[in-house]
Amino acid sequence: MSKVRTLVLLAAGLVAMPGARAELTIEITEGVSDPIPIAIVPFGWSEIGTAPFDVAELVAKDLQRSGRFTPMPRTDMIEMPTRSEEVEIDDWKLLRNDFVVVGQLQAGAEGRYTIQFELLNVLNGQKLLLNRQPATTATLRAASHRVADVIFEKLTGIRGAFSTRIAYISVEGQPTNRRYKLIVADADGENPRIAAQSSEPIMSPAWSPDGQSLAYVSFENRVASIYTQMLRTGERVRVSARAGINGAPAWSPDGRRLALTLSRKDGNLDVYVLGLNDQVLTRLTDDNAIDTEAAWSADGKSLFFTSDRSGSPQIYRVAANSGGERPTRVTFEGTYNARPRVSPDGNTLAMVTLDSGSYRIAVQDLRNGGSRILTQGRLDESPSFAPNGAELIYATQDRGRGVLATVSVDGNVQQRLASESDIREPVWAPFPPQ
Amino acid sequence: MTVLQSMWYKANRFTDVPNWSVDMRNVLLITLLSFTFALAGCGGKDAVQETPPAAETTEPPPSDLESSQVPSTTPGDAAAAEMQRRLAQRIIYFDFDNAEVRPEFRDIVAAHAANLARSPNMKVRLEGHADERGSREYNIGLGERRSQSVRRALMLQGVGDGQIVTVSYGEERPAQSGSDEAAWAKNRRVELVYGN
Repeated sequence: MSKVRTLVLLAAGLVAMPGARAELTIEITEGVSDPIPIAIVPFGWSEIGTAPFDVAELVAKDLQRSGRFTPMPRTDMIEMPTRSEEVEIDDWKLLRNDFVVVGQLQAGAEGRYTIQFELLNVLNGQKLLLNRQPATTATLRAASHRVADVIFEKLTGIRGAFSTRIAYISVEGQPTNRRYKLIVADADGENPRIAAQSSEPIMSPAWSPDGQSLAYVSFENRVASIYTQMLRTGERVRVSARAGINGAPAWSPDGRRLALTLSRKDGNLDVYVLGLNDQVLTRLTDDNAIDTEAAWSADGKSLFFTSDRSGSPQIYRVAANSGGERPTRVTFEGTYNARPRVSPDGNTLAMVTLDSGSYRIAVQDLRNGGSRILTQGRLDESPSFAPNGAELIYATQDRGRGVLATVSVDGNVQQRLASESDIREPVWAPFPPQ
Repeated sequence: MTVLQSMWYKANRFTDVPNWSVDMRNVLLITLLSFTFALAGCGGKDAVQETPPAAETTEPPPSDLESSQVPSTTPGDAAAAEMQRRLAQRIIYFDFDNAEVRPEFRDIVAAHAANLARSPNMKVRLEGHADERGSREYNIGLGERRSQSVRRALMLQGVGDGQIVTVSYGEERPAQSGSDEAAWAKNRRVELVYGN
């Protein structure tokens, strides 16, 4: 076995993929029954010539993508005001809009910009928002997503997550010659960057709570090892390469510990917690069954995990400082409930469930135990909550290829993120620290 | 034996087969096979499955069989040919959500066990795989359970612990793409890779 396996590592955030075209394109498959009509009027530009970025177009796309809004097509607009004083409110009312957004992109010194915008309630003429977002040439897109975040929060009461990021695994090539890539992109699929790649599998990416690093499993040495990688610098640490399986990393909410699955020599999978600074390893489960896929509760005091100790995979909960207490069973419906993920508010558990022969995403209310199936695919997997808890991103299949999709936690809004390559294991980054 | 029994118990949990008697039969069968396969040809039923393709990335397993066989007498030749046929098969297939070595693959496992037990310096890597259904890390567990199942069978037949390395790829390296039973059946497997 002299085959030398190499892993080319690119510092994510520094190297964009050539072409920088989005790998993902979004298509809304189902929206709310009464989306809010809103007009995002093209923004003014303070200089002569064409504006360096079309802020209004991106904002309209974001709001449309949420499934909760129907932005008015530009071609239907009869005037293009850029300040609230210029808005003829009755005209917009006549065109059946509930809200209108006007704004300008203003150039400052040395490639700096300010996006200023106002949100008006068409029904009563009230100004709901006046807001400014600073930007540079490089951050105009991100700043425009923040504009959408602010509008979304004002109108729905839910913090917008358009400016956040996702990570996922992309696979290209045929069985004997595959390329596995860990990719970080904007939440809308734009700006994909390769964080790591290998001819051997890469799997199970997990964000650090500060959104600066990813933990993941790589088989680059022909056995599974867990790495953490700082995205800005590309600095990588191999945190676990013990005999047997090293899998399913999950960062604790305080970022100091990593839950992981080890099999040691005997091949029996159990859940452990590793202190990232002191390297202290604590065993949380001890059972002949497969115990794996740990997810921390929101308060960091307990972990949910998959175990087939009852004969089929079900979800259990165990204390993080387990003094040998027996884990308690959490799921009871059906014969397959696996890969738990906890909502940011700690009240909901998302999982993969077997529903009449198909693997689908379900949520269970941790307070009253009620559960609901959210998706209709045949092989849906890897649910991950948006940081605002309003929706989930997950992996599904479309014509034999892995694609990503999102679904709102009430199941009403669904989107598909189409891609050229086979993609899977999406994980939604947390909000950046404020 | 307890570990083995509990493992088989788990493997059989979703079938209606009464576990204990089957366990003991399996153990006996494997043990017997390890002593009797040299006489055989008659040792095993024909595999129900069509012969799976050899792993593309693996070289033929080293074997000192030829050197130890007396050339050109008929029963020896037939046995040697049969042994070679079994050794050439380096993929063991499994049932859904199950880690038990199916009866039609026990002769093959026994052949590899004999081959390895005869050469204590020879190493084998057992790569466990699962089909794509369900969650990925749980499937890593299923692949591991399968490679451990083959590991135990080999060790029961005299292979040293130090000769075996196990790894599980779960559903990450399917042998065949596609989302139907035919593809899934080809992907639930343990590949024996000689030489580490």
